[in-house]
Amino acid sequence: MPYTSEKPPLTETTDQLRHRIPGWGVDLDPNDRPSVPKEQFDPTGTGAHWDFPERQQEKWPRERSIEHKFLTPVFGTSCPPKGLSGGLRKLAYRRYSEGRAAHWLILIAADRVDAAESHLRSLATLRPDNSITESGVMSEFRRHGIDSRIGKHRADVLHQTMDPIIVAGPWLLAGGVVFLAARSLIRSGRSKTKP
Amino acid sequence: MRAMVYRGPYKIRVEEKDIPALEHPNDAIVQVRLAAICGSDLHLYHGMMPDTRVGMTFGHEFIGVVHEVGPSVQSLKPGDRVMVPFNIYCGSCYFCARGLYSNCHNVNPNATAVGGIYGYSHTCGGYDGGQAEYVRVPFADVGPSVIPEWMDDEDAVLLTDALATGYFGAQLADISQGDVVAVFGAGPVGLFAAKSAWFMGAGRVIVIDHLEYRLEKARSFSHAETYNFTEYDDIVLHMKKITDYLGSDVAIDAAGAEADGNLMQHISSAKLKLQGGSPIALNWAIDSVRKGGTVSVMGAYGPMFSAVKFGDAMNKGLTLRMNQCPVKRQWPRLFEHIRNGYLKPSEIVTHRFPLDDINEAYHTFSAKLDDCIKPLIVPNGQ
Repeated sequence: MPYTSEKPPLTETTDQLRHRIPGWGVDLDPNDRPSVPKEQFDPTGTGAHWDFPERQQEKWPRERSIEHKFLTPVFGTSCPPKGLSGGLRKLAYRRYSEGRAAHWLILIAADRVDAAESHLRSLATLRPDNSITESGVMSEFRRHGIDSRIGKHRADVLHQTMDPIIVAGPWLLAGGVVFLAARSLIRSGRSKTKP
Repeated sequence: MRAMVYRGPYKIRVEEKDIPALEHPNDAIVQVRLAAICGSDLHLYHGMMPDTRVGMTFGHEFIGVVHEVGPSVQSLKPGDRVMVPFNIYCGSCYFCARGLYSNCHNVNPNATAVGGIYGYSHTCGGYDGGQAEYVRVPFADVGPSVIPEWMDDEDAVLLTDALATGYFGAQLADISQGDVVAVFGAGPVGLFAAKSAWFMGAGRVIVIDHLEYRLEKARSFSHAETYNFTEYDDIVLHMKKITDYLGSDVAIDAAGAEADGNLMQHISSAKLKLQGGSPIALNWAIDSVRKGGTVSVMGAYGPMFSAVKFGDAMNKGLTLRMNQCPVKRQWPRLFEHIRNGYLKPSEIVTHRFPLDDINEAYHTFSAKLDDCIKPLIVPNGQ
C-alpha cells in the first residue's frame, strides 16, 4: 500500500509468469525494444535515396496548411474540393492555421455541407444514395442485432439509439422546412385569391 | 476497379473507380489482397475527423501484390507480395531521419501536426486507402516490405497497424519488471498492448472494457485479468482497491475518441463533434495510475480540443507518452516474436467480409454485433 515504502507484492513469481505467458520478458531489456530510444538518427537506413524527394505534379491548386512553408513534395489526390463545401475548405486552409479552432470547425461544417451536396447530386444520377443499404443497417438482422445487445450490460446501447436520428435527422428537418414553406406559400396564395 | 466510398456519416458503398495511376517516380500501385477495418476508421465513418470528403476510399491496413512501380523504385517489382505500413513517409525529412516515420513532414500538405495516413481524410494528406482492389503507395522504396514467405496474409495485415501499434504502446509505457499495467479498451490494439506488456516483463496486466466477449478474448489471448466497468459504480476507485490503493504503475489508453463510460463525454464528441474525442478512457488512465506513473496513449483523437484532466496528470507527476506508431520500426522484432510462437496475431480476427459487403462490415464493427473484434475485407470476395 502507498502509506509505506514497500510495493504491494505480486501474486505470481517471475518463474510462474515465464511458465504461464509465452514470451514473458523477451523484451525486458530496453535495448531490445525497437522504439527505445524514441529518436534514433539514421538517415540512410530508411530506403530513401534522396535528400529531398522529387516533386509530384500539382494538377490543381492544392490546398495546404499555412503552417507549411510550401506544398509538400508528395500529397494525396483524392476528392479535389468542389461546390460550396470546397469553398469552405479553401477558406479554412487559406485563412486559419491548425492552431485555430475556426480552422477545424469550418472543415467540419464543410464535411456536413459536402454530405448534403453529394446526396442532392446523387438524386440526379442512376444511383441515388440509399441510406438503408449504405448504412449497413440490414446487418442488424443478419448479425444478431438483438442478441448482441440484450442482457449484455453494454454501455453503448443507449447512445446507439441516437444513430438513426443522426443519419435521418437532417433529411427529416429539411423535409419539415420544405413542408412548412410550401404550406405557407399555399396559404398566402389562397388568402390573396379570396374576395 | 471496385472501391469502398464514403458517402457521408454512417454511409458507405462500393463504387467503380479508375485504377490509381503513378503520380510520382517512387510510387507503386498495389493490388490489394486483404484489408482490415481499424477502430479508428469508425471515427471517419461517424463523421468525427475534420475534412473527410464524400468520395474518399478508407483503409490504412492492407497487404497486396505489387502491380506497377514508378521509374525510381529499386526495392520492389511487380508480383512482390507486400505489407504496407499505415504511415506514408518519405524517409528523408527531419523526422524520418530520426525514426519518427509517423511524423513525416513531406507527405501531408493539409496539416503539420500529423503525418500521412492512407485513407484517413484530408487532414492526414488526402490519400485514398486500401479498402479497394488497387491503391497508390507513395515512397515504395521506404514504406512497404516484401512479406516473408513463412508469414500468412492475415498475420501480415495485422502487422500494418493494430499489432505494431499495441506493441509500440507497451514500449511507450516504459514497463519495468514486475510493473502493474492497466489497459483501457479490449479492442485489437488493447489486446495486442496487453499481450506486449508481458514481453516487457509486466507482473500483472489488467484490461478494462464493457464488452464481455472482448474481455473474454483479453483473458484467453492476452492472458490478462479483466474487469467490466459497467459492473462497478466507479472503475477508478475499483482500480485503486485492487492495487492496494497504490494504483497501477502504467496505464495504456487503447480506446480513443469514441470511448464509452460517460454518456455526455461520448455525445459531445462522437455525436455532436464538439470535442476531438471522448477522453473518458484517458481520464480513467490518468486517475487510475499511481503518482509518478506513466500513461501511454494509443487511442486516436481528432485535432480539436478534448476535456482531458491535465490537472490530475500534473499534480500526480505523471509521464504522458503518445504518438502514432512508426510501424516499420516494430517489424523486425515482431517478426521474431511471431516466428518464435509468442503470439499469433490472426487469432483476434473474427469476421471476413467480401468488399461488396463492406457497408455491413462497417455497421457490424461499429455496432459491435456478432461478437465482432476485428473484421477483414477481402477484395476478391473469397
